[in-house]
Amino acid sequence: MIRSITQKKSDEEIDHLLEGLDRIFIIGCGTCATLTHTGGLAEVEAMGENLSGKGKLVTGEMVLPVACDNMAADILREWSEKMNQADALLIMSCAFGVQSIAQQTSKMVVPALDTLFIGKQTGAGQFDEICTQCGTCILGETGGICPVTSCHKGLVNGPCGGTNNGKCEIDNNKDCAWTLIYNRLKDLGRLDSMRKLQAPRNHQREPSPGKYILPF
Amino acid sequence: MSETKTPSKLEKILSSGQLAVTSECGPPRGSDPEVIRKKAQMIKDHVDAINITDNQTSVTRLCSLAACIHLKLMGLEPVLQMVVRDRNRIALQSDILGAASFDIHNILCLSGDHQKFGDNPQGQNVFDIDSMQLIQTVRLMRDEGKFLGGDDIARPPKMFVGAAANPFADPFEIRVPRLAKKVAAGAEFIQTQCIYNVDRFKEWLKGVVDRGLHEKVYILAGVTPFKSAGMAKYMKNRVPGMDVPDELVKRMSGVPKEKQPEEGLSICVETIEQLKEVEGVSGFHIMAIEWEEKVPEIVERSGLYPRPSVGE
Repeated sequence: MIRSITQKKSDEEIDHLLEGLDRIFIIGCGTCATLTHTGGLAEVEAMGENLSGKGKLVTGEMVLPVACDNMAADILREWSEKMNQADALLIMSCAFGVQSIAQQTSKMVVPALDTLFIGKQTGAGQFDEICTQCGTCILGETGGICPVTSCHKGLVNGPCGGTNNGKCEIDNNKDCAWTLIYNRLKDLGRLDSMRKLQAPRNHQREPSPGKYILPF
Repeated sequence: MSETKTPSKLEKILSSGQLAVTSECGPPRGSDPEVIRKKAQMIKDHVDAINITDNQTSVTRLCSLAACIHLKLMGLEPVLQMVVRDRNRIALQSDILGAASFDIHNILCLSGDHQKFGDNPQGQNVFDIDSMQLIQTVRLMRDEGKFLGGDDIARPPKMFVGAAANPFADPFEIRVPRLAKKVAAGAEFIQTQCIYNVDRFKEWLKGVVDRGLHEKVYILAGVTPFKSAGMAKYMKNRVPGMDVPDELVKRMSGVPKEKQPEEGLSICVETIEQLKEVEGVSGFHIMAIEWEEKVPEIVERSGLYPRPSVGE
């Protein structure tokens, strides 16, 4: 399943963002941020204690089932009294959640997390970015492995000279995407695909910020 | 490959069938043009063309284009190194035209080291196009007089187009096909990664010759002299895609520190000697990193001096 991968901001940064804001309402997310242990119930409670210890008044804390879902508005309405007592909402979800909540309330929102990437869980406690939504998918010619995302240079015409025993020269924890692609295409008997000269990417296939309207 | 397509002196020498010698100068981390002139002065009589590196290892330096212009003003033959890490396709094409306006006739198309290794690891890389596509771009601009966008170029660039090849990176078996792809993209000369494992290089070269690629592209074998045993160890252990055999590290470590530079130069000369007659080698690219003053000695001891003169 697609997951939004987040990391908690440093206490210093959160303190800075909350300067002059004394009454805080904390919102977590029961989906991705719970999975990554960045904005689940336990983290929300710990944040509440931390802020109380620093002299803030926590007017309430709760965990939305899915912070980025528009249905969150209905749930937040039930908490409106405690939310209205707060100077700001501290949101422990990814930036999708932060922005969804910002659209649904008139309160100031402060993110407690940084959103690193949209990825998927590939092992216990391990998440990988496998698609950057480039708009021009070449997976059909790369054995189902995306070099645009998985190569640090996004090379689409084969590996650079820095392959390091199957790993990327810039990070031993990351596989060389092109080694994976080569092995896969070899198994499939499709190495010819690597000979094809891929043309420069069309970055305007869906210009950022993307917007799509169903053609009904 | 005997017909030349550009006014490049490097192309002329290669097409005449003589072994070419190129070397390179890294621009300074400042704006003093004397640094680049001094380095060029040291080597100018011993090489046919001088590469200027483009923010190598992602460390910010004086730009390759400006440094190439300094060489051009000295009457020398620059090879403009261009990486796709820092500029999008507009800026790359623009710089190619800028170089062409100074009649810079050689370009080396590279991906570029990842910015993680440099002085701005937090910077954003570009990689709008890759090195393969840059080769195609220069050929399109030169041969068809067109921009990537399809419009005509007034006074198209006349550049001899080069690329890099690393015969040693893994997986080894894709290294010849990768060269074939660069040739298909339009590369006319190749400068290789530093060669220390001569046997491995010959194995790669055999694959190149078996496919007839040496008849479509000039291969300049890359060499870098070790300055010390420490450098040999560093190259072996710390530089990905570098193949330094244990016996070379032992050989460097086996001589006293003050004699190590001499030993490193000897290894370099021996490597050239071993490859001079090998089918598929069209010349040498000597990368004496911050040791440019030793290039003349390497060239002379390798029997590659004097350099040929070619008519304009």
